[in-house]
Amino acid sequence: MKAILALADGRTFEGSGFGAEGEAVGEVVFNTSMTGYQEILTDPSYEGQLVAMTYPEIGNVGVNPEDIESRKPFVKGFIVKDYTVRPSNWRAAKSLHEYMQENGIVGIQGIDTRSLVRHLRDYGSQEGIISTLSSDSAELVAKAKASPGLVGQDLVQNVTCSAAYDWHQGLWESGVGYRQRDSSTEISQSRRGKRGKFATPKFFVVAYDYGIKLNILRNLAEAGCRVKVVPAATAAEEVLAMNPDGIFLSNGPGDPEAVPYAKENVEKLIGKRPIFGICLGHQIMGLALGGRTYKLKFGHHGGNQPVMDLTTRKVEITAQNHGFAVDAESLKGAVEVTHVNLNDNTVEGLVHRELPIFSVQYHPESSPGPHDANYLFRRFTETMAKHRS
Amino acid sequence: MPKRTDIKSILLIGSGPIVIGQACEFDYSGTQALKALKEEGYRVILVNSNPATIMTDPEFADRTYIEPITADIAEKIIAKERPEALLPTLGGQTALNLAIDLAEKGILDRYGVEMIGAQLASIKMAEDRDLFKEAMKRAGLDLPRSGYARNVRDALRIQKRLNFPLIIRASRTLGGSGGNFAYGPEDFKEVVHTGLSISPVHEVLIEESVLGWKEFELEVMRDHKDNVVIICSIENFDPMGVHTGDSITVAPAQTLTDKEYQIMRDAALRVIREIGVDTGGSNIQFAVNPRDGRMVVIEMNPRVSRSSALASKATGFPIAKIAAKLAVGYTLDEIRNDITRETPACFEPTIDYVVVKIPRFTFEKFPQAKDLLTPQMKSVGEAMAIGRTFKESLQKAMRSLETGSFGFEPKVDLSAANREESLKIVREKLNQPNAQRLWYLGDAYRLGLTTEEIYQLSAIDSWFLEKVREIIAADDEIAASKGKLDDLGANTLRRWKQMGFADARIAKLIESSEAEVRQTRKDEGVEAVFNSVDTCGAEFQAFTPYLYSTYEGEDESKPTGRKKIMILGGGPNRIGQGIEFDYCCVHAAFALKEEGCETIMVNCNPETVSTDYDTSDKLYFEPLTMEEVMNIVDREKPDGVIVQFGGQTPLKLALPLERAGVPIVGTSPDSIDLAEDRERFAELLKRLGIKQPDNGMARSYDEAFKIAERLGYPVLVRPSYVLGGRAMQIVYDGDALRNYMMHAVLASPEHPVLIDKFLDDAIEVDVDALGDGEEYVVGGIMEHIERAGVHSGDSACSLPPKSIGQEIQHEIRRHTIALAKALNVRGLMNVQFAVQGENVYVLEVNPRASRTVPFVSKAIGVPLAKIAACIMVGKKLKELGLSHEIVPKHISVKEAVFPFNKFPGVDTLLGPEMKSTGEVMGIDSSFGIAFAKAQLGSGMRLPMNGRVFISVRNEDKSSVAPIAKKLHSAGFEIVATRGTAAYCDALGIPAEVVKKIQEGSPNIGDQIKNGEVAMVINTPEDARSHADSYYIRRCALDYQVPYFTTIAGAEAAAEGIEYLKQREFEVKALQDYSAPPLP
Repeated sequence: MKAILALADGRTFEGSGFGAEGEAVGEVVFNTSMTGYQEILTDPSYEGQLVAMTYPEIGNVGVNPEDIESRKPFVKGFIVKDYTVRPSNWRAAKSLHEYMQENGIVGIQGIDTRSLVRHLRDYGSQEGIISTLSSDSAELVAKAKASPGLVGQDLVQNVTCSAAYDWHQGLWESGVGYRQRDSSTEISQSRRGKRGKFATPKFFVVAYDYGIKLNILRNLAEAGCRVKVVPAATAAEEVLAMNPDGIFLSNGPGDPEAVPYAKENVEKLIGKRPIFGICLGHQIMGLALGGRTYKLKFGHHGGNQPVMDLTTRKVEITAQNHGFAVDAESLKGAVEVTHVNLNDNTVEGLVHRELPIFSVQYHPESSPGPHDANYLFRRFTETMAKHRS
Repeated sequence: MPKRTDIKSILLIGSGPIVIGQACEFDYSGTQALKALKEEGYRVILVNSNPATIMTDPEFADRTYIEPITADIAEKIIAKERPEALLPTLGGQTALNLAIDLAEKGILDRYGVEMIGAQLASIKMAEDRDLFKEAMKRAGLDLPRSGYARNVRDALRIQKRLNFPLIIRASRTLGGSGGNFAYGPEDFKEVVHTGLSISPVHEVLIEESVLGWKEFELEVMRDHKDNVVIICSIENFDPMGVHTGDSITVAPAQTLTDKEYQIMRDAALRVIREIGVDTGGSNIQFAVNPRDGRMVVIEMNPRVSRSSALASKATGFPIAKIAAKLAVGYTLDEIRNDITRETPACFEPTIDYVVVKIPRFTFEKFPQAKDLLTPQMKSVGEAMAIGRTFKESLQKAMRSLETGSFGFEPKVDLSAANREESLKIVREKLNQPNAQRLWYLGDAYRLGLTTEEIYQLSAIDSWFLEKVREIIAADDEIAASKGKLDDLGANTLRRWKQMGFADARIAKLIESSEAEVRQTRKDEGVEAVFNSVDTCGAEFQAFTPYLYSTYEGEDESKPTGRKKIMILGGGPNRIGQGIEFDYCCVHAAFALKEEGCETIMVNCNPETVSTDYDTSDKLYFEPLTMEEVMNIVDREKPDGVIVQFGGQTPLKLALPLERAGVPIVGTSPDSIDLAEDRERFAELLKRLGIKQPDNGMARSYDEAFKIAERLGYPVLVRPSYVLGGRAMQIVYDGDALRNYMMHAVLASPEHPVLIDKFLDDAIEVDVDALGDGEEYVVGGIMEHIERAGVHSGDSACSLPPKSIGQEIQHEIRRHTIALAKALNVRGLMNVQFAVQGENVYVLEVNPRASRTVPFVSKAIGVPLAKIAACIMVGKKLKELGLSHEIVPKHISVKEAVFPFNKFPGVDTLLGPEMKSTGEVMGIDSSFGIAFAKAQLGSGMRLPMNGRVFISVRNEDKSSVAPIAKKLHSAGFEIVATRGTAAYCDALGIPAEVVKKIQEGSPNIGDQIKNGEVAMVINTPEDARSHADSYYIRRCALDYQVPYFTTIAGAEAAAEGIEYLKQREFEVKALQDYSAPPLP
């Protein structure tokens, strides 16, 4: 089955289709992770996007029921060099192709993804379309051009949960699966404690779901938090009424300025409770603290980005997935930059000078990606411990 | 933190001669380290016994000691140079072992030398299996269950609590020596015994077998601020059970989910932190149970390793260079990534291609050894290939091996009639890992086996198997297109090329020619493009032109308009073609860069300095096939191509390249052909009035006998179509000739057998010379220690000659110059002579770089290969400052190093077929000490007292007598078998009689095993009474007793001992020998 990827600037690539048939329009971004395509597909931050993998062999390990980051895949279209038909992994339950078909994700394979990446790197991320229906390149380019793009669009409302829910699952352990809470285990033992178990919670956290990745919840749970996840538009008053020890602002898709209600609620929460934000949550925090955000040329999407913690001068290798960033200049005064990206010196972390508020642009929950930064969840519980009345 | 200023000078230890398990990757890492340390302004002192390395070139270190890598020698160097620090992590296991030795003997403390990179405690924790296990337990990591034994009784006790199969590994050996499986109690004891005897510390590890589990490696770097990054993940195609050096390996890992990969990454971080490698690279191996994902730690190397070299080439991240900088105090974030320039080295490379490495074996050199693969490494080299997909990389790697394969050629008879028989063979070949298993996988699919069945037999992950299946399916599709080449169209051709099919393979399948396939696809616009290796998956712009070919849309090679010279490298290491040729290629690149040319390197050997992206202006990591070389030529349009430096590999391409209109610089391909074509060459010699041994060419069985009768026995026989001494034999009588003609070769009009009169008792001489078309200069004359009949690569030699008179030397010079003139040599030439009495014969002329070029260059202090490269681009010897031969005052001895200890049961006897893997050099003012140093460098310490066992054939008795006398008066006791003892006694040399093996116990074998013999002199009887002397030689090898199998070798040893009795070894840096007259 022939498939075409057309970019808004007129560049087209011809390959063959896999996954669902049809058309998918969205912003084309590339991800440099060599593992973890299933987590990427199910990351709500990719809402409205077509993702190209720089690593050429994709589908190798199939898809399993465990490696999911949300209730369903959000990537609209998937672009790979060489798709593996028959996967091999002891946990593989089905092939990537079947999974994408079931979930309506249009895929294109067999294209020169390196040329595509070089193009996006040089000319910036842009709208594109994958089509298995039309072979009229000009028509497809026109459709890509007509797509509104991410800027100014509230994508959070598409991905956030419809109602609040409680979270109980811990991190994944080989040979066990996701760990379950064990009321007999203390937190201090839980790090390398009982197989398959983690400790009873000590903190109550309300997590705003702007498109939250489940591994954030799993990390919070393991760090000792009882977590209630609430829809993105939940009013600040409602959250405070739950009397949490801390508030978490999640990752999510798109332009932070397009979700003004999130910023307004966060403004009301500042100073009331310890807050920890990740990715979109970090950007919204930046806005709520009076800063500005801007769109990066082609964003950071991958699992090998070096970030320096300016307080320890140590480097962590981080998972990242964002197209916007907080402008450091706009934040003078109240906040301090705690983390920077060593590749391009963009802001990767903030802390409020007085209030128990901090956030990072990258993904300490990883999944996919290295676990170097998961200490931040502990930092959050420590902050809550200090500020608990 | 910036670099340390409290240290000024650093001692770096090299890895010594090339052996199985330790090849040129440590020249690559050492050279990078030297450059990095010098760049930082440190004074660097180097010790390495291997003259064929780039690192021992005098300009790389401040002080270069080509000396044996032993504690006593190192102590002398330390005493002389007083370095403040020792960097032990870049010279392989050899360097690490020496560092441990120096530390434990208190030498480092005595001279106040600090170990940097890794501390003694960390090295020991990683090396000692017990300590390592304890450390892993502390870190909460899972391991295979095991126990540690120093004798067979302990071993049996451990065995009781574990289940078979078990793996038994000897402690502290290179390349996994002595690691073997025991499948039941019957073989258990024997395997344990072998392991104990091979281990230098007499210890074995008995371990739960993880045979058939998936094998992974992570390359890790750490700085002193505890920043840790993973440079590369590697997955082995061959599951656990095959030494990773013998496995096909793939980067990055292919069959792990992110969850599993990150758990492995976390484990690697914990390992390096727990072991406490302060700074630098380490390599950590894991096994994963394919059924449930259970992951265990197998081992870690607290140093840069072969895998680090592979990982560096696979990702573009220069591990050794960065490791050296970290060792002197830098942190990862302070070092730039050379390739992107903008981003720091503190990151994890991501790649957008697949890398496949396939090991290169030379089982054909050791007919007594089976080609089975075990935990003991046996490969002598490797080829790496880069492609956009696994299928493309795999097929590129297969043809990079240069074994005549261009893809999945069938190995068995596929006809329906022989199906059952073939299936039987294939099943067995899949089940027992062997050097050809990859090809049998193809046959398995052709014979209709399913992926599941193949997995059951081989335990190779089905992901890899499925890719092989797809290649075989495409093979069939191509074969079905026979006669339709012109109608295939661009899309089909491109699809095949993207799967990595060689033009030659397509041609074979559709019964066309490579040229025709090439032309057709080019007409269709299906052309190779070149992608960059950029460490970052194209996220950032790459500035370093490190390229590989693929069939994609965009070309990133950016050819310049400068004057360009392309250098074809030597491909994978093998016996007969190793580091010496890479050395020459690297020199060509250095010299031509200085001459202002743009240098373009083409090679596929990941271990080498030539494939360091720093060596040449542009690096193409490609197979050295006509197709791939022409792809680069088409793109770059070089002004000249050098084929004479990389050994046989590029030389084979000389004529086809010239025919394709490629400008070959230097000596013309016609001259190269003239020297290789027997008839043309004989004519030339006749014309020049130079003698050559009488010879003939037999096109049939009967003809062979006629020729042999005419020449008179002994004769040297060999097939005409192989090189490097393959299947070459000396036959002493008609029976032996019959045997050879029946079993070894099949003479035919197309493949005649060459028969030379063998010059008994002749001395062989090697000469390297240079010519520029006008002037000709001898580089060096080397006299072989072993008599003619031993392959020149296996013989020790002395420069200047030891015993040949001036007059004969002059005749040799005259002949050399005459030949060089006649062949119009522009560059290097090597001539082999045999001197029998007063007669000088030419055996062979090679108008190209030879294996001895690095040795001669070091001995005379002149970089011959550099000069030759300059000549090739038009410079004259005069301009280059080399107008006359340099005869040094000191004596340089080269000794060969053999892999016999890796091939149990193989005879150690030397012959016309080359068997050595590497070489060492000994330098001194006297021959005796230079020889003793070379022996020590090769791992043989000449004894100063004790018992010498002598057993020689009748012809040698008269010549062994003076040796026995010398040794006796030096205080040795002589023991000998009855005949030799009687002979000695008669001459007044007291000799104790010892029983031969067949004469019952206690015999000489027992004495060797009991450590009662200090040295063995044993020359072989003829083939039939071989068994006894074979056993003695093998015992000597296995129990590490110095042994000599030639009279000349024994003589030299006796002379060495005599000198060493008078004075100790002295060390002297290369820089202190007479200053070279050249840049």
